[in-house]
Amino acid sequence: MLLIKNGRVLDPASGSDAPRDILLDGDRIAAVAPAGQLDARAKGAEIFDAAKFIVAPGFIDLHCHLREPGGEASETIETGTRAAAAGGFTAICPMPNTRPVNDNASVTRSIVERAAAVSPVRVWPIGAASIGSKGEALAEIAAMKEVGIVAVSDDGRPIANAKLLRQIMDYCRALDLPVIDHCEDSSLFAGAVMREGKQSVRLGLRGMPAATESLAVARDVQVGELTNCRLHIAHLSARASLELVRSAKAKGLPVTCEVTPHHFTLTDEDVQYDTRFKMNPPLASREDRDALIAGLADGTVDAIATDHAPHEAALKEVEFDRAAFGITGFESAIGLGLELVHAGKISLMRMVELFTAGPARVLGMQRRVAENDPGDITIFSTDVPWTFDVSKTASKSRNSPFDGRSFRGGPVATIVTGKIVYRREG
Amino acid sequence: MSYRFGQMLGIEPLSADEITYLLDQSKPFQEIQRHPLKKLATLRGKTVALAFFEPSTRTRISFATAASRLGADQMNLQAESSSLKKGESLLDTVRTLDAMKPDCIVMRHACSGAADFVARNLDLPVINAGDGTHEHPSQALLDALTIRDRRGSLEGLNVTILGDILHSRVARSNIHLLSKFGCRFTLCGPAMWLPKELECLGPAGTSICRMTRISEALQDADIVITLRVQQERLHEPALAIDEYVLQYQLTPARLRLARPDALVLHPGPMVRGLEIDSAVADGPQSCVLEQVTNGLAVRMALLFLMISSADAPPEKESSHAAD
Repeated sequence: MLLIKNGRVLDPASGSDAPRDILLDGDRIAAVAPAGQLDARAKGAEIFDAAKFIVAPGFIDLHCHLREPGGEASETIETGTRAAAAGGFTAICPMPNTRPVNDNASVTRSIVERAAAVSPVRVWPIGAASIGSKGEALAEIAAMKEVGIVAVSDDGRPIANAKLLRQIMDYCRALDLPVIDHCEDSSLFAGAVMREGKQSVRLGLRGMPAATESLAVARDVQVGELTNCRLHIAHLSARASLELVRSAKAKGLPVTCEVTPHHFTLTDEDVQYDTRFKMNPPLASREDRDALIAGLADGTVDAIATDHAPHEAALKEVEFDRAAFGITGFESAIGLGLELVHAGKISLMRMVELFTAGPARVLGMQRRVAENDPGDITIFSTDVPWTFDVSKTASKSRNSPFDGRSFRGGPVATIVTGKIVYRREG
Repeated sequence: MSYRFGQMLGIEPLSADEITYLLDQSKPFQEIQRHPLKKLATLRGKTVALAFFEPSTRTRISFATAASRLGADQMNLQAESSSLKKGESLLDTVRTLDAMKPDCIVMRHACSGAADFVARNLDLPVINAGDGTHEHPSQALLDALTIRDRRGSLEGLNVTILGDILHSRVARSNIHLLSKFGCRFTLCGPAMWLPKELECLGPAGTSICRMTRISEALQDADIVITLRVQQERLHEPALAIDEYVLQYQLTPARLRLARPDALVLHPGPMVRGLEIDSAVADGPQSCVLEQVTNGLAVRMALLFLMISSADAPPEKESSHAAD
């Protein structure tokens, strides 16, 4: 048994924000009650004193890359999941762009089994939508679902063929799986390495316009409407895309979206040939960034997702044009989310929702702090100062633009299935 | 007033005073080009690494000749013979060069920012001899020297640049340089090579307008810079050559729309009959060959200043030295 005492419990699913003690027994929440009331029942339990901390349902990351199998020089399931735990995440969804691609049940099973052996957090794989993510034929989606995938996506290799997308969505509607799309019109993308704008013109780097993303979002929403399949837009970065999602939601379509911490924090002005600022979709304009923050606040955005994309140094210590896209994200996510809270852009409750109930809803699940629910809890501070130091990261890679950034508040402890899997030192 | 230059990655971070200083320092080296004996011993015992990761003839020969005339030895790396073809990274290649202890590295690379990247990773003066579509500082300096010699000053000129501005590092460096002297710019070419963001180059308040009609763009021009049509840097053939010639070739008739004393510059290599008519290229307003000669002077000045700065004890460094 584990008793989390004296914390301020935030539970977006019920809207409650109150001092509560939580008793975990086995892999479940046994009881939630006002401070002190569980002491008798918790005799012999391990005590975690959460005074001054926020206690929330376990955080979920809908979008990450663990690189195993095939990319173990950059990350493994073991190192990636340890970084996730250190970032306060209790469940993460790795994208299928491994080598081989996770497009069949045997790859899915190998990931699930490896995770069961080494991962401190829950690993809910996302399966490829098409074989090899080549955009030609449907992957073995039903078989992967039996082994544990929670969604399908050809992340990083957008589905170019609208007819195939429709077939995938029809098929996934019947399987009750969301389709997650990395929205990008590849003809407009055409070799770009950053967002088109003043900065790309100044630096002489090839830029892509925001329409590269929003064109594909418009297509996806309309194809989705033909099928009524749940559509989730990955790492949305442009105001125009957000407006499409907003109007789809207003029409009652099952469309959701996520935004990454780097897209709501940085802009294309931050790109200065430093490859740690190179990711896809690229950092957007200030206007787009501000629109994303408004979308996080008003409910248009459903989830904050990290798009944790580790790359070994050799893939990043090269010319900007030649560097791999992507940055690590697990360990800086809560700190960056709290920056929005401290700046008064979103409430603390809303931030927690974007990491818990929001992503759970995308997957058709629930996340609550309630009796008999899974014993996954994220505990974080809102005021303890700390500095992110990539040399101490649990990830195998260090490609973060937030190295050296000072935060106010961050992960304190991560509890999965009733066990503390991460506890901040000091 | 003297300045020191730890790196020469681009014109953008330089001040007008620093540019004037560089041009003034080039003057004695201009003289040397007229001497029967052109070789100095100024940099004897020093080594200049020339690392050209992108094919280049004139810029490479110009830097090599500049180094020779200063008495420096050279290491030569050219893309076609380099180990990059064997899969070595840029960083490993330049670290290998660095391990042979040159005093300065001059580099040309097809990727924008490549010189910044190398400068951040080596403790060695780096001269950017052209990085992708970003900057080509020595070209802008030699253009400025040429203009200043002919016009007496760089202040307040009307500068028209013709061609593929979007993909031109020469255009960017020229805009960065001449805008610091209050020049006004008219950029002219096919619309897809003229994104509106070009108007934001240069310090705040710089007058930059875009025009697609050459007849309007040449009105009142003091300086006409004709760019090469860089087909190798385009991702797809965006325009038929004949279309370009029809609309944008600098012909004698069009040049008459500019001021009578307007100067014509071209960074080379020049394709007669494409972006420029032979009569203009060979005409009295053309500065093309002076540009080439001035290129030697500017590059000798850069090599001299940067290598001697690196030797001198640290004092007042140019503010952007560590960029």
